[in-house]
Amino acid sequence: MADAVRPPLRFDEVHVGDTLPELAVEITPTLIVSAALASRDFQDVHHDVSLARQHGMPDIFMNILATNGFVGRFITDWAGPDALIRRVSVRLGAPNFPGDTMRMTGTVTATELQDGEGMVGVEVRGANRLGDHVVASVSVSLPAGR
Amino acid sequence: MTAQVETGSSPQAPAEQSLAARLQRFVGRPSRPPVSAADPVNQPMIRHWCDAIGDGNPVYTDLQAAGASRHRGLVAPPTMLQVWNMPGLRPVPPLPGEDQLGELMGILDQAGYTAIVATNCEQEYARYLRPGDLLTATSMIEAISEEKRTALGSGYFINLHETYTDQRGEVVGTMMLRVLKFRPNERAESSPPAAPSRRPRPVVNDDNRFFWEGVDRGELLIQRCTGCGRLRHPPRPTCPHCRSFEWDAVRASGRGSVYSYVISHHPPVPPFSYPHVVGLIELEEGTRLVSNVIDIDPAEVRIGMPVEVCFIAVDDELVLPQFRPTSGGRER
Repeated sequence: MADAVRPPLRFDEVHVGDTLPELAVEITPTLIVSAALASRDFQDVHHDVSLARQHGMPDIFMNILATNGFVGRFITDWAGPDALIRRVSVRLGAPNFPGDTMRMTGTVTATELQDGEGMVGVEVRGANRLGDHVVASVSVSLPAGR
Repeated sequence: MTAQVETGSSPQAPAEQSLAARLQRFVGRPSRPPVSAADPVNQPMIRHWCDAIGDGNPVYTDLQAAGASRHRGLVAPPTMLQVWNMPGLRPVPPLPGEDQLGELMGILDQAGYTAIVATNCEQEYARYLRPGDLLTATSMIEAISEEKRTALGSGYFINLHETYTDQRGEVVGTMMLRVLKFRPNERAESSPPAAPSRRPRPVVNDDNRFFWEGVDRGELLIQRCTGCGRLRHPPRPTCPHCRSFEWDAVRASGRGSVYSYVISHHPPVPPFSYPHVVGLIELEEGTRLVSNVIDIDPAEVRIGMPVEVCFIAVDDELVLPQFRPTSGGRER
């Protein structure tokens, strides 16, 4: 998954309308459970199928902290190690259930130099077969100047 | 940051006090006492997270690469902000009176708003966290909406605001989590032992009774204006063309084609099986009706595909007109 590290993206290389490389996340029970536990989220609906069904859900599903994590990863997969994420705002929609694929896409919506800092706004969408799992707005600072 | 809102002894809610008023009393209160992280920000937890999320950014796990980066050292993924103060598998139960969020949820549960879903999460990072940082999370009930109607059901949006401070008391990040506490829509939950549910019944009235009586006899009928002779569906009292109230009905051939369709996958509602095809069928007489396309793999359904009516007893009492691909495979 995380193979070649791109050279760090610089502010002057980024333009409004740029699209980010797509990321397809295969949703498996292992992914859902490992991400829930790595985020110390022990709610039963994220690891126990029978309890998830008692709550009226067809299966276990991804927790919010993991969704935030994927949004963050999606940004730095593109922007590289010198990116500083300042803000992540997510709107949550259709759950990520096992057997589905979340396809993440992103578009640069704003670029602004603020006190020598290259602030970039990105809209991120993670869609599965039920619809949008997440629509996020991210502010990220990229190295500028020199 | 300490909670500056003194709640005092909450006066016993008089019975006549409205739910909305009782809820609003919670706005501005700490949702619970501040929580100190059990452990500082640490490399093993960061590694677990990066493994799970598949995040290969070297600034989280590779000392050398992190040192050479803009961060000048190892940092934690910013979206882990909430992780460090999570209550864990065996949370310590809050003292009575200190669990304001629990009280608020209890009031809503009792009022029938039993379900909860998170709708938004906004995190802001004042700085990246580094191994060794020890966080304290302070939580406040920031806002409670009026009752809102949503696709899930009617309920209240509750904004919870978390402030994270480090070992020096400086704010390192904030989070706004919005949840919807709602009364689930009336629908049969998919609990296995529940009584088997049946297909919804058609609402039969004076205008459409002929149609359903026809279906019971195995006839597909179309309403016809006796003023101008035009056909119409669904049944209604007045002709949209000549405004005549006079009508009779003619028997359709039962042949038609798929004018449009959707394949329904979700949400599962008993007793339907999924996926299934909801089709808008154009009859050869010209009128259209909504039905199902059956006896075919949903993926094979195409617009324009010839279909013919069949009458299916979906349970002991209800017969529905359904459409299946025309036998003999007549293609156009």
